[in-house]
Amino acid sequence: MDDRYETSNDVTVTLPRIVERIPTVVVDDAHVIYRVHKGAGGGTTPVAALRRLVKRSSAPNIQEVHAVKGVSFTAYRGEAIGLIGSNGSGKSTLLRTIAGLLPVNRGAVYTQGQPSLLGVNAALLNDLSGERNVTLGCLAMGMQPDDVARMTPEIIEFSGINQRGDFASLPMRTYSSGMAARLRFSIAAAKKHDVLLIDEALATGDKGFRKRSEQRVRELREGAGTVFLVSHQLSSVRDTCERTIWLESGLIRMDGPTDEVIRAYEAFANGK
Amino acid sequence: MATTALVDPETGLTQAQLAARHGLRVAGERPSLTEYSRRLWAYRHFTAAYANAKLVASYSNAKLGQIWQVLTPLTNAAVYYLIFGVVLGQNTIPNFIAYLTTGLFIFNFTQSAVLAGTQSISGNLGLIRALHFPRACLPLAATLTQFQQLLASMIVLVGIVLVTGEPITLAWLMLPPALLLQALFNAGVVMVVARMGSKASDLKQVMPFILRTWMYGSGVLYSVKLFDRLPEWASTVIQFNPILVYIELARYALLEQAPLLNESVTQLWLVAVGWAVLGGIAGYVYFWRGEQEYGRG
Repeated sequence: MDDRYETSNDVTVTLPRIVERIPTVVVDDAHVIYRVHKGAGGGTTPVAALRRLVKRSSAPNIQEVHAVKGVSFTAYRGEAIGLIGSNGSGKSTLLRTIAGLLPVNRGAVYTQGQPSLLGVNAALLNDLSGERNVTLGCLAMGMQPDDVARMTPEIIEFSGINQRGDFASLPMRTYSSGMAARLRFSIAAAKKHDVLLIDEALATGDKGFRKRSEQRVRELREGAGTVFLVSHQLSSVRDTCERTIWLESGLIRMDGPTDEVIRAYEAFANGK
Repeated sequence: MATTALVDPETGLTQAQLAARHGLRVAGERPSLTEYSRRLWAYRHFTAAYANAKLVASYSNAKLGQIWQVLTPLTNAAVYYLIFGVVLGQNTIPNFIAYLTTGLFIFNFTQSAVLAGTQSISGNLGLIRALHFPRACLPLAATLTQFQQLLASMIVLVGIVLVTGEPITLAWLMLPPALLLQALFNAGVVMVVARMGSKASDLKQVMPFILRTWMYGSGVLYSVKLFDRLPEWASTVIQFNPILVYIELARYALLEQAPLLNESVTQLWLVAVGWAVLGGIAGYVYFWRGEQEYGRG
């Protein structure tokens, strides 16, 4: 046991007894199958409707997608883990399962505290000003009103939406998609999360913001949290994560130090 | 040694044992009812801020802005008065315009709360999928938004009632508790439709018809005395119609000579309290039982 200690822990160890690695997310043989209703909301054209009518007799209306097929791993406190893989490999599904938003069909996912999913789809109220959205978002994360009032200017400053005029007081529907994504990231990153799940959020925003957000992710990690990052931008995975999990068709293809995994992944992607 | 053992899958512990050892919880687990209520209370600031934000946002595209809070009920009252008061000539009821507006505004509170509630989960999926908070905040905020609207229309109503010559009496004091009871009842109904609406999105299309039927059964637009013509059992059922009860209480409080279906005011209060408690608790428990399902799919 102690051997494993020596080799796997690159953290400087002063007191060997208290460096026991604390797991924050334990995924135990998780299978996620979700059902896609092909009928309602599928197509709105008459042709699609007709096809549905014709097909209803032969094919069932619901299609099952087995997105995650038995994934197991353990994430520890202080780790930043990159999730890579081609489109449709189950990365986002896995992330949403860890967040407790999708149920597992088999296996289990255990988490410490409540993981927060920070995705580009995290919509706020578009009719309200950026500033009000910051207040709402912070309250929704469970912050106290006086903390919110104190942190609001900081968050707006961090997001950089005021660089081109006073956008914070304008409704969010007037924002560019990059600005909105930046604001959402800034809100979610304002709180110390036990487990923070980031879905492609760092890909948005300009270079300056990307730098700031990578810095913020590092700070969050140092605050004893665990960070998961789903991204197609291998460079941002390389910059922020030291461990990477490579998913392919719902299975873990490789799990290890970022450099090794990315090298293998690039070889795989180029060889295809 | 057990105390210094490194916990890792390789050490022989299963993933489940590892999780149990460090007190990890199953992701997305539903909290107990008391724990849920405690969290809901901790999120009261969010609920209030969200209700307020919705109210502001609903008029953000209108030039006149917040004035619509008062203009909407006024216009509504004018249209119905034109049709039922002038065109159809309802003249059996003394002070018909005040009678009509009281019913209309009270009914509208439940109607708009239920309509907003149907979409309070399905319309906020982005927020639900991004952040973790007790989902009951959303239907409660929808109720609160409509309650604020109600207060604006109550100002209009008091104006109408006074202009049409009703005296200010001690009975007016009954109005605030009646409105609060209705708000409690509405919160329960809203939580029920919020859960139903989160699964069946077709509910949004059906709701207007249900609400219209409910409106005709609540004696909003015509004299409640018309219900006496119905068979005995039907008129008894209508006597217990919660919205009718809340409308009758408001009419009893504000108007001197309004016809009432329920003869006994004590009975009105008992039914009003009963519906508020029953609706509030049942709706809350029903909503809580679906907590882990919201936002999935």
